[in-house]
Amino acid sequence: MQKNIICVACPMGCGVTVDIDDNGEILSVTGNTCKRGDAYARTECTNPVRSLATTVKVDGGIYNVVPCKSAGAIPKEKIMECMNIINNASANAPVNLGDVLIKDILGTGIDIVATNHCPAK
Amino acid sequence: MLNYDIVVIGGGPAGMAAALKAKECGVDSILILERAETLGGILEQCIHTGFGLHYFGEELSGPEYADRFISLVNEKNIEYKTDTMALEITENNVVYAVNKTDGLLEIQAKAIILAMGCRERPRGALNIAGTRASGVMSAGTAQKYVNIDGYMPGKKVVILGSGDIGLIMARRMTLEGAEVKCVCELMPYSSGLTRNIVQCLDDFNIPLYLSCTVIDIHGKGRIEGVTIADVDENRRPIKGTERYIECDTLLLSVGLIPENELTRAVGIQLDPITSGAVVDEYRETSHKGVFACGNVLHVHDLVDYVTLESQTAGEGAANYVLGKSSEAEYIETKGVNGVRYIVPQKVNIKNEGDIKLYFRVGQVYKNARIVVKYNGEEIISRKRPRLAPGEMEDVLIKNDMLKNFAQGGKIEISVEV
Repeated sequence: MQKNIICVACPMGCGVTVDIDDNGEILSVTGNTCKRGDAYARTECTNPVRSLATTVKVDGGIYNVVPCKSAGAIPKEKIMECMNIINNASANAPVNLGDVLIKDILGTGIDIVATNHCPAK
Repeated sequence: MLNYDIVVIGGGPAGMAAALKAKECGVDSILILERAETLGGILEQCIHTGFGLHYFGEELSGPEYADRFISLVNEKNIEYKTDTMALEITENNVVYAVNKTDGLLEIQAKAIILAMGCRERPRGALNIAGTRASGVMSAGTAQKYVNIDGYMPGKKVVILGSGDIGLIMARRMTLEGAEVKCVCELMPYSSGLTRNIVQCLDDFNIPLYLSCTVIDIHGKGRIEGVTIADVDENRRPIKGTERYIECDTLLLSVGLIPENELTRAVGIQLDPITSGAVVDEYRETSHKGVFACGNVLHVHDLVDYVTLESQTAGEGAANYVLGKSSEAEYIETKGVNGVRYIVPQKVNIKNEGDIKLYFRVGQVYKNARIVVKYNGEEIISRKRPRLAPGEMEDVLIKNDMLKNFAQGGKIEISVEV
């Protein structure tokens, strides 16, 4: 199987082709113009990860929501599931930047942390 | 009348970095005026990550990047007034501003730093036909609704313009459960970062239609749909390619315009390409003691560059106030053959440091060369594997080179393929 990927390791945006056999083993990576492109394409084919930034509802704050992010990258296919958990959660004001809002989301080992302050009303 | 050495108009990343630098350079009497409720500017609603990679060497969200500067402004006891709108600056560097508690403020400044940022190009600037239905808004407006107010402005979304804000909002609306039908881009290429096209569109299977635009808006009370069409090389819609897309929201991400009403009203010279002031290497405008930095000067793609530029302006303003400005003999800079503009537009050759020239190209180039000429003679040539309009470039003019220049000379930067 062939997978076509656009490398985002730098602004060049090289088109990279990855050849994968039936067992999911990577046979070759072509089209990249540097080593970083090779590494990016391999991760992207085996375990693509993304960082997630969104908001959490706040009770009793001067704002309705406070922005938050995943403290590290999480598997790409779990992003929407994480959103579901975050959208059903809430925090009590005051919230401070860096507060852990959800610990170890979906067993990924990654916390959801506040990225701004939300003082109490 | 109040008196300050430096009045900074705008408390976003540009204003805060400029004020902090001026303070560090020895000016204590500084006032920042901010029209929003808090310092931080547009970063407060840019909750996605990717800020600070150059300046801090780590990937921060917008509010986190802003918070580092807000904390420093508080720590250094720099005065600021929020909820305060600057109305006018005069030829004698008096600033008029207004807020609910002080009423009208009249502030005499020795130096003024303009850091008002930019605003989004609105629907009215595009001449899209159709009804005046609700649900048509700029991508930044939707970003504020979702990220600050916690309010979703719609469920079925079409986005016109593939600038970074449009791409970021395509992902944001999708994450919050909306269906983003497509992103239409008038040009044959996206002006957004490749990274954003991959992570904001491809990840969620959102189609990007290049050379395509919205030609009609339907719906009476609320927008019900749009007609889109492909465009030819002259950006004219092609007959027969029209198709209807049902939607309840149309987001516009079609460019940013520096917000220079105050600048224009006092008669400061503006650059027609950047829509910002014409400045020297310390970002001093044509009006003595008035400096400009950040997106009000020219639209930046990275806040990290805004911070660096604003520190330069802050240093310049401090030098001016402290009477340390050196005598001036200017040469002019000019972008030619593929280079749309250069900031600064003029350089004082008596300056004792190196000078960085920032510029933008007009189209995408691969494996091109950047050539710098002084009075027609090549002085620097640099290879660039890729150049794009969305990515600001820079080139350093060393001081020993500067010393060989003479007043009235001209530096030109061009792209050679």
